[in-house]
Amino acid sequence: MSTRLANQGRLIDRSKQVTFSFNGTSMQGYEGDTLASALLANDQMMMGRSFKYHRPRGVVASGAEEPNALVGLGQGNRFEPNQRATTTELFNGLTSISQNHWPNLEFDIGSINTHLSRFLPAGFYYKMFIHPKPFWKHVYEPFIRQSAGLGKAPDKDNRDADTYEHFYHFTDVLVIGGGVAGLQAAKVAAASGAKVMLIEQTAHWGGRAPVDGGTINDEPVDKFVEQLVSELEAMDNVTMRNRCMGAGVYDHGYVLGYERLTDHKPGTQGPRHRLWRIRAKQVVTATGAIERPLSFAGNDVPGVMLASAMRDYVVNWGVTPGDRVIVATNNDDAYRTAIILKQAGVEVLRIVDARTTAGPLADEARQLGIQVDPGKAIAKVKGGKRVKKVELCNQEGIGGAREEVECDAVAMSGGWSPVVHMWSHCGGKLIWDEAQAHFRPDPSRPPLGADGEGFVLAAGSSNGPLALGDVLTDADAAGKAAAKAAGFTAKRTKAPVGETTAEAPMAAVWLMPANAEIGLRMKSWLDFQNDVKVSDVQLAAREGYESVEHTKRYTTLGMATDQGKLSNINGLAILADALDSEIPKVGTTTFRPPYTPISLASIGGEARGEVFQPIRQTPMHNWHDKNGADWEPVGHWRRTYAYVRPGESVHDAVNREVKNTRENLGLLDASTLGKLIVKGPDAGKFLDMMYTNMMSTLKVGKCRYGLMCSENGFLIDDGVVARIDEDTWLCHTTTGGAERIHGHMEEWLQTEWWDWKVYVANVTEQYAQVAVVGPNARKVLEKLNAQAGGGMDVSKEALPFMEWRDGKIGAFDARAYRISFSGELSYEIAVPASQGQAFWDALMDAGKEFGVMPYGTECLHILRAEKGFIMIGDETDGTVIPQDLGLHWALSKKKEDYLGKRAHTRSHMADPDRWKLVGLETVDGSVLPDGAYAVGEGVNANGQRNMIGRVTSTYYSANLGKGIAMGLIKHGPDRMGEIVEFPGTDGKTYKAKIVDPIFYDKDGEKQNV
Amino acid sequence: MSEPISALNHASFEGIAKVEECGLQGMITLRGDLSDKALAKAVKDATGQKMPGQREAFVEGESGVCWMSSDELLVLVPYAEVDAKLAAMTKTLSGTHSLAVNVSDARAVFRVSGTSAREVLGKIAPVELSAEAFQPGQIRRSRLAQIAGAFWMDDTETFRVVCFRSAADYAFNLLKVAAQPGSEVGIY
Amino acid sequence: MLILNCPYCGVDAEETELAAGGEAHLKRYGPGSSDDEFHDYLFMRENPKGVHFERWRHANGCGKWFHAARATDTLEVFGTYSAQTTEPPQEIREAITAKRPGWTWREFE
Repeated sequence: MSTRLANQGRLIDRSKQVTFSFNGTSMQGYEGDTLASALLANDQMMMGRSFKYHRPRGVVASGAEEPNALVGLGQGNRFEPNQRATTTELFNGLTSISQNHWPNLEFDIGSINTHLSRFLPAGFYYKMFIHPKPFWKHVYEPFIRQSAGLGKAPDKDNRDADTYEHFYHFTDVLVIGGGVAGLQAAKVAAASGAKVMLIEQTAHWGGRAPVDGGTINDEPVDKFVEQLVSELEAMDNVTMRNRCMGAGVYDHGYVLGYERLTDHKPGTQGPRHRLWRIRAKQVVTATGAIERPLSFAGNDVPGVMLASAMRDYVVNWGVTPGDRVIVATNNDDAYRTAIILKQAGVEVLRIVDARTTAGPLADEARQLGIQVDPGKAIAKVKGGKRVKKVELCNQEGIGGAREEVECDAVAMSGGWSPVVHMWSHCGGKLIWDEAQAHFRPDPSRPPLGADGEGFVLAAGSSNGPLALGDVLTDADAAGKAAAKAAGFTAKRTKAPVGETTAEAPMAAVWLMPANAEIGLRMKSWLDFQNDVKVSDVQLAAREGYESVEHTKRYTTLGMATDQGKLSNINGLAILADALDSEIPKVGTTTFRPPYTPISLASIGGEARGEVFQPIRQTPMHNWHDKNGADWEPVGHWRRTYAYVRPGESVHDAVNREVKNTRENLGLLDASTLGKLIVKGPDAGKFLDMMYTNMMSTLKVGKCRYGLMCSENGFLIDDGVVARIDEDTWLCHTTTGGAERIHGHMEEWLQTEWWDWKVYVANVTEQYAQVAVVGPNARKVLEKLNAQAGGGMDVSKEALPFMEWRDGKIGAFDARAYRISFSGELSYEIAVPASQGQAFWDALMDAGKEFGVMPYGTECLHILRAEKGFIMIGDETDGTVIPQDLGLHWALSKKKEDYLGKRAHTRSHMADPDRWKLVGLETVDGSVLPDGAYAVGEGVNANGQRNMIGRVTSTYYSANLGKGIAMGLIKHGPDRMGEIVEFPGTDGKTYKAKIVDPIFYDKDGEKQNV
Repeated sequence: MSEPISALNHASFEGIAKVEECGLQGMITLRGDLSDKALAKAVKDATGQKMPGQREAFVEGESGVCWMSSDELLVLVPYAEVDAKLAAMTKTLSGTHSLAVNVSDARAVFRVSGTSAREVLGKIAPVELSAEAFQPGQIRRSRLAQIAGAFWMDDTETFRVVCFRSAADYAFNLLKVAAQPGSEVGIY
Repeated sequence: MLILNCPYCGVDAEETELAAGGEAHLKRYGPGSSDDEFHDYLFMRENPKGVHFERWRHANGCGKWFHAARATDTLEVFGTYSAQTTEPPQEIREAITAKRPGWTWREFE
């Protein structure tokens, strides 16, 4: 059984007991435990079930690479699935549940899959779920959905209780990884005077070197680490963060650091995770190496563990995964595990070494009384929910002549793979190291930065060297090289001297035994989480998958949440063998960030709740909110769709506003309309290029409606332009268009006509603008003026249609434009934004006797549609030209040039078959569905009805008592009176008559009074 | 005239830094050739300050001038004086190709102060804010999370932050989240 | 995520402050141009793997457009320069030649 040892445990504090729960059972651990070590201490070997076959699984690793021990952590609004028990620090009150089983972990219905495994080979889903097609939606999809997903998604009603943030950081050198290599690299880089940041994913500095033993400068490794950490902490130019993982390395020295601030103390004030957005001149990756499993039958049974992990559990947490252990290896390093276990009082039955010769560590093991079996292999591990016995055989051969040994844990080591993720994320290339049987960074092909030079250096075991002495020398050199590349001069210092027992060469062992028969290969796991076995990869190769990327997707090898940290090298070695190729030729799959999964919320950072997205507010926003506003998003603006009164539906409110504005007086908050000042001696010439119509001839004091096209000829914006003085114009844009059109103007001024004397300023938000609309519009303004004892003359004579004046309206400094988007008598009045609310209040107050009501954007739309006025974004969609909308009158024939003019002469633009704007009226008075397509005679090549047009705007007009619409119809203006069919998505076909788009007051008498 | 009201009417919040909406600030956007003597005179007359160089901000209290781009300045004057100052500026600049326009009401201004003020800004702007990299006398136009903004330092622990008025509510809430208690980064 | 130096305000701006504006040094063809000329002006681009000239705008910053010379394959930046020019300046071309001898782009080399 797995149990807590009486001694060992350098990271735990035995005086501080911690209570936690697993699947509802209360358990005890110590401060400093991980959830995994605490579960092992409680003899909880089995921690979850695998994804495909629901096989019992225990912890196999001790860190970020763990594929099996995934749990759901926390409760309610702090529940989170798929968390690795090995990287979860234990705290009092931690609650955890295991995953992927029903009804419970011990007894699971889904585990029947393991008995069906011969029917669930690689590519099963592709083969099984392809025929017959009618099954796709109602049989296969529900089945696949049912079995998809590992942990349980958090309850949707429980919003995450925590907060998250980003932080932008800039440094000369960033060192990723706080083991001895990272610490040493950081120290020598910092000694040069460079600004250094050092990040470490765990809570502890020193990495795994203190566990592996040896000495540095004749002192124990722990002591060296302690000293280095205090030296670094004392340096002003060094920033150190533990619990902060290097998540990804990106172009131009951009690195994401994922800091877990309160995961180990939930509910603490402040953000839970902080995403560091780091810019570094140089990046040193000191990310260590990960031990590889060995591929033998039953290597997934709980109790089979990486040799290094077993060592970690003993040394770091004082826990042994078993009482009687067998060690299987192809290298000397695993002997350390045997020795440490033995010294801790655990029985080590055998060391099964696939090689025939081992180094001095083997002698040490023998001296401790451990039996060493050279040239041997594990044929099979027996046991269901935990290891019961092991069958041993010769490494050479197919696995016959087995010897059975009873035991309860197996330590395995297939050699070490450098963690090359950070090196590879941004394009660093790898080379195959035959001696160590691993890929390591190729220093001649690093990721390239903005200057075209390498910006990442690998240090320590992530660069290949595995022996302590080599690791320190390599890291020392990398730190100095990084400082130099960042523009500093490294001090001439000696690298610390690390000493460990020398090791004999390892031997590549990709399968145990070397020619294992199929029965064994079908139980030899490569990818524990996704249940990919040696036989699956071999099958993929037989079925023609030669590319490692294709094999990955076909078998799902390395596609689980651990992204194949344990399985990828073993898997591609099996693939290379099956293809009769070499490992470096097969190559690796792409290493993509993040290194381990990071919380989505940390990526979102502060962007949640009320700051999820900016919501732009006009000066009268709060008034609208208090007065029944039903909000409509327009870009980032919020505009009132309608002001809904108690007891009224939104539709009722819109109809009331529509009628009242035509009959009495309506107020619209038009502050969101863009307002651009264009000034200079060449401003007129410039606006003549920007607009399709002539703006240079506009008289001071007058307004003109203008159209803007892109160089491609398509409509991009419209609005009223007012000439303010001899060289100043004010251009209104659409609500969504202010920034875009401002940018458009600046682009042409800065990049094409930079010698033209024109300045543009965006003054959109300087003003609150109110449209005062309806037959009583003039009366309310006159009343305000009368109340204040004077003001602007707003009579027809003094302020005619399409003119503007500056002056006082009541007590307010105002600019009044006689423009109308409704066809009614209308003034758009701009006052300083800081007085917008007061002005609105004054109008509402004075308007009472004239039947004033505020109106929203839907009313605005209906009023303009009744008048046949187009709306950018409704009648236009980026493919519509003014000619399509019958706006020929706004295209200047006098001007030699304007943006879009040349494009309008292209053959397709002048095509008489283009769809053209018309009005549409349903035969029965109903409202046409928005966006519906009109169908004509015949069918297209796909057998679909030919389309001849579409609805662009459609409303119920309370004034006319029927549905009205506009649309673009092929040859529309020539087909007045014809009936066109519009199939709806509701299955009905709507019939509408083509009519003039002006439905109301065709002669425009109402606006010109 | 009614009493003018700023976007958030002096709202404030106290966390790892103090966040306050400053109320109304007179502001003039001035575009022109920054090497033109008439522009220099206009700036001097309005603020008493000399022409700022690239990314410089010379601000004292409610008066000052900030370099916004190679042909644009932001001139700060007390809100009550903006009309008079603008009129004087326009007069000085008559005959010089330039654009001077009142944008006081188009903006919101915040003060972020305290020992962690640099960190608050460092959470929302992709800008190096260490004492070596950014100091009083400089202005930076950048991004405040999802909106455009500009900031300068009044002293070593105080920022003034400017954004569009319509985004004031977002900016204030954003600064509040960035300044939430317990969120010190421990860098600056 | 790229960093480009804005030649107007001097800031080393990261990509989130910038807006990409497509290929640089397009010659505008207006009324009177042939269909082919106008078509090429609107649609035809170099789209090279290697040395390229682009337009960028410091959108969340000083608002100015500028030009960047960079490599699309390695993302190396050779330099940024004023938007008010119809061709890459000599010092930019020399900087590219120093790193990529024999480069060509449209009529430039």
